[in-house]
Amino acid sequence: MTSLSSRTLVVIGNGMVGHRLVEILRDSSWRIVVFGEESRPAYDRVALSSYVDSWDSADLELPALSGCELRLGEKAVSVDRDRKVVVGASGVEISYDALVLATGSVPFVPPVPGRDLPGCHVYRTIDDLDEIRATVEAASRPGRRSGMVLGGGLLGLEAANALRGMGVSPHVVELAPRLMPIQVDDGGAALLKRLVEKLDLTVHTGTSASSIERDGTRLIAKLASGLELDLDVVVFSAGIRPRTDLDLGLELGPRGGYLVDAACRTSDPHVFAIGECAAVEGVTYGLVAPGYSMAEVVADQISGGARAFPGADVSTKLKLLGVDVASFGDAHAATEGALEVVVNNAVAGTYSKLVVSDDARILLGGVLVGDASSYLSLRPLVGKEVPAALLQPGGAVDVEMPADAQVCSCLAVTKQTITDAIQSGVACDVAELKACTKAGTGCGSCVPMLKKLLTECGVEQSKALCEHFTYSRAELFEIIRATRVTTFSALVEKHGTGRGCDICKPAVASILASLGNGHILGEAQVSLQDTNDKFLANLQRNGTYSVVPRIPGGEITPEKLIVIGEVARDYGLYTKITGGQRIDLFGATVDQLPEIWRRLVDAGFESGHAYGKSLRTVKSCVGTTWCRYGVQDSVGLAIELELRYRGLRSPHKLKSAVSGCARECAEARGKDFGVIATENGWNLYVGGNGGFTPRHADLLVSDVDTEELIRIIDRFLMFYIRTADRLQRTSVWLEGLDGGLDHLREVVVDDKLGICAELETAMESHVSDYADEWRGVLEDPEKLARFTSFVNAPGVPDPSISFRAERGQRVPVSLGIPEVVR
Amino acid sequence: MIVCDFDVLRPEQGVAALLPDGSQVAVFLTAEGSLHALDNIDPFSGAAVLSRGIVGDRGGVPVVVSPVYKQAFELATGKCLEEPSVSVAVHQVRVRDGVVELT
Ligand SMILES: Cc1cc2nc3c(=O)[nH]c(=O)nc-3n(C[C@H](O)[C@H](O)[C@H](O)COP(=O)(O)OP(=O)(O)OC[C@H]3O[C@@H](n4cnc5c(N)ncnc54)[C@H](O)[C@@H]3O)c2cc1C
Ligand code: SF4
Ligand code: FES
Repeated sequence: MTSLSSRTLVVIGNGMVGHRLVEILRDSSWRIVVFGEESRPAYDRVALSSYVDSWDSADLELPALSGCELRLGEKAVSVDRDRKVVVGASGVEISYDALVLATGSVPFVPPVPGRDLPGCHVYRTIDDLDEIRATVEAASRPGRRSGMVLGGGLLGLEAANALRGMGVSPHVVELAPRLMPIQVDDGGAALLKRLVEKLDLTVHTGTSASSIERDGTRLIAKLASGLELDLDVVVFSAGIRPRTDLDLGLELGPRGGYLVDAACRTSDPHVFAIGECAAVEGVTYGLVAPGYSMAEVVADQISGGARAFPGADVSTKLKLLGVDVASFGDAHAATEGALEVVVNNAVAGTYSKLVVSDDARILLGGVLVGDASSYLSLRPLVGKEVPAALLQPGGAVDVEMPADAQVCSCLAVTKQTITDAIQSGVACDVAELKACTKAGTGCGSCVPMLKKLLTECGVEQSKALCEHFTYSRAELFEIIRATRVTTFSALVEKHGTGRGCDICKPAVASILASLGNGHILGEAQVSLQDTNDKFLANLQRNGTYSVVPRIPGGEITPEKLIVIGEVARDYGLYTKITGGQRIDLFGATVDQLPEIWRRLVDAGFESGHAYGKSLRTVKSCVGTTWCRYGVQDSVGLAIELELRYRGLRSPHKLKSAVSGCARECAEARGKDFGVIATENGWNLYVGGNGGFTPRHADLLVSDVDTEELIRIIDRFLMFYIRTADRLQRTSVWLEGLDGGLDHLREVVVDDKLGICAELETAMESHVSDYADEWRGVLEDPEKLARFTSFVNAPGVPDPSISFRAERGQRVPVSLGIPEVVR
Repeated sequence: MIVCDFDVLRPEQGVAALLPDGSQVAVFLTAEGSLHALDNIDPFSGAAVLSRGIVGDRGGVPVVVSPVYKQAFELATGKCLEEPSVSVAVHQVRVRDGVVELT
């Protein structure tokens, strides 16, 4: 028998579940060897669609694994179970004491003639998305491109959304008579279809593709319904099949997958299967949470435990294309005698169905579309008695959950366990709850419920800014405004403790700046500023800074472009066009910043505030001036707005855009405030966001004239600046606002709180006090003096900074991490 | 080695000094008036930027926070609070005749 410390575990598949298993066993005595066919480290496949936001695979990476042998890019090609050896594609042989199969699934591609043509893709890996993007970019069609997604389930709709993000108008083709046939019922799907069709998706249900043909650069798909679609790209998303191409001579489940028992063990006691490739007691699962709990089971089993797979909750809640959809329990009322209670509100765009037992006592499941806010309180009630109030029309869903209801279905944690941990004082916040109960450490969807339970148990979720202030940012704003404090020292002495930190100092600096108080590098404020604000430039990874001059609305004369080019050339600055229609110059040292800005200011440029939590750009399309479709002068308005709000300090950065017609070329709905021209004036949208959690902006007012528009934006921005938390974008602020969009409209449009005049006055004084920050530095020798690398050697450049060339420009040499004293 | 006149320092604002061997030291004056000097290189990014961090306190202990990835380093010991196994070197610094010197 092998000694404990030299036992080897081989894991085949480095996907989400395989990764989780290795992570759990990190500190165990097993030697672990992982075969991963994909060449990159494990990543968050659940979030795959967000890859199209940044095209940066680093955003999806799972925590790096340590203490194991990762054979990335190496497929396991065969297993000899007699000799207990796995053979890799490179010919390497690894002996195992225990073997875990975690090979996931393969997309199912229906046998449509033409499915192998170039331009046809599946949707499973980062590489797949890169290939889809390459197809879309190579498509030669002018304007919006057209695509087809085969399959209208959860993944199909996600794929369609990703295509939209790439500038493709998608057709979704679903064989079943409704969208998301597995999760949603007919009524819910009808509403879902209506909601997604508003978003430029064309839905074809009850039909399928009968052939795909290539015609020059185009793909032509014929549907069974007779329709012909002219396409640039096709994505198959017609379901998945457990991946068992690695043949071990093991029994498979009735619907595929390596057949395992409740301990996740195959008929060979040394071989386990987990994740999507496993058929646990015959059942396969296509969600990550059951896979994670299988990983927990195997980790326990091979450590000598007896844990068994607890079964899985296949409830889903998701926001697809901005539409909430949730389904849980017996969503299709398959239980004998089950009754359905349906509330279909076509006006509000919400649909809810609860499925209850024949005596209307027990909740069995349900479907929610349009508004899934009650999902978290309903899901744990499945199998429990239904509170009568729920079955009343419009019944309140904020119901008390029984103590034995499962709050976290990934880790099988009940409400009782959680409330015990809170009431005994073991856990006072979500992080501590996660540590001691493990709830919330799987898919994370139960975290809002954990917060709610903390509140219900009387634990106050601290709004304190940091250890130095017990106030929230909004409260500090009111204190500073009312007491007219102008220095941090005075504020912390009177209303806080200690000397402040990197959280409260920049927050207070920002509040002081929002309220006036002169140049942000004034004597009392400079030490509060983050390095970006301190040097009025953006710190980059090697300690140099980037420079972004303001180009209002993205409109620039050739003369000014030439000046930027000359400055970049003379200082060897790496030059890149930003997403906000301006130009970023990288690689300036602290000493060079004033010289660079002297030349820019002389040529009529001013600070672009790319470094500040303040207005960035107001992007625009060319509008009526040039565009055949434009109905208003979008560039003119964008410039007016950018000049009005430039320099306005706020809780987080602010982005804006103006489109000249409903075609929305400036992407205004992805901005904090976006304006879209109409025949009669302007529509104002607020609370949009790109980035990590994209959100479409909500329509606040429509068809207003320019004067009214600006008045409402003034009020909106000032209200946000006063009441938001630190680093809270307008999107999150709006979602957290009590009463939401309606409340916002009451405050800034109807003036229900009677504060609009005050908000407008505040904005007027911002506009009249605005002065260019860089000019302010250049005119003040004391401020200028701070722009040196070394006090004892002014003018000597930092010797630790060096560059190399890439594609004809200078980029940072990556810094060897110096030895640290331990 | 002379860094600068004491008057040049501002409370809670670092400055960097270049040593003859090309290495760099960040010098800080706290609000209470004590002087500290640490290596200027942030061990997490490798960039010479600690002098440009925000100075404040964590639980009453004076710290500077790296502007790159925001770890806090104790001014007195150079120890990183987030990762106690990491620290930056501390240098001896004093004021003589109104001049700040590294010894
Ligand atoms: C777009 C998308 C959205 C999704 N959204 C959700 C969601 O919202 N909620 C949810 O719960 N689930 C979602 N899923 C499903 C979820 O991603 C999977 O359930 C999960 O990734 C399964 O993990 P796994 O480790 O079993 O398989 P995978 O993550 O697929 O990993 C299997 C790995 O094994 C490798 N492999 C296979 N054979 C071999 C071999 N012979 N040798 C070496 N390596 C091999 C594969 O290359 C792959 O990297 C989504 C999936 C996709 C594609
Ligand atoms: S949004 Fe309208 S006006 Fe502006 S460029 Fe696009 S089509 Fe033209
Ligand atoms: S339900 Fe998935 S982590 Fe709790």
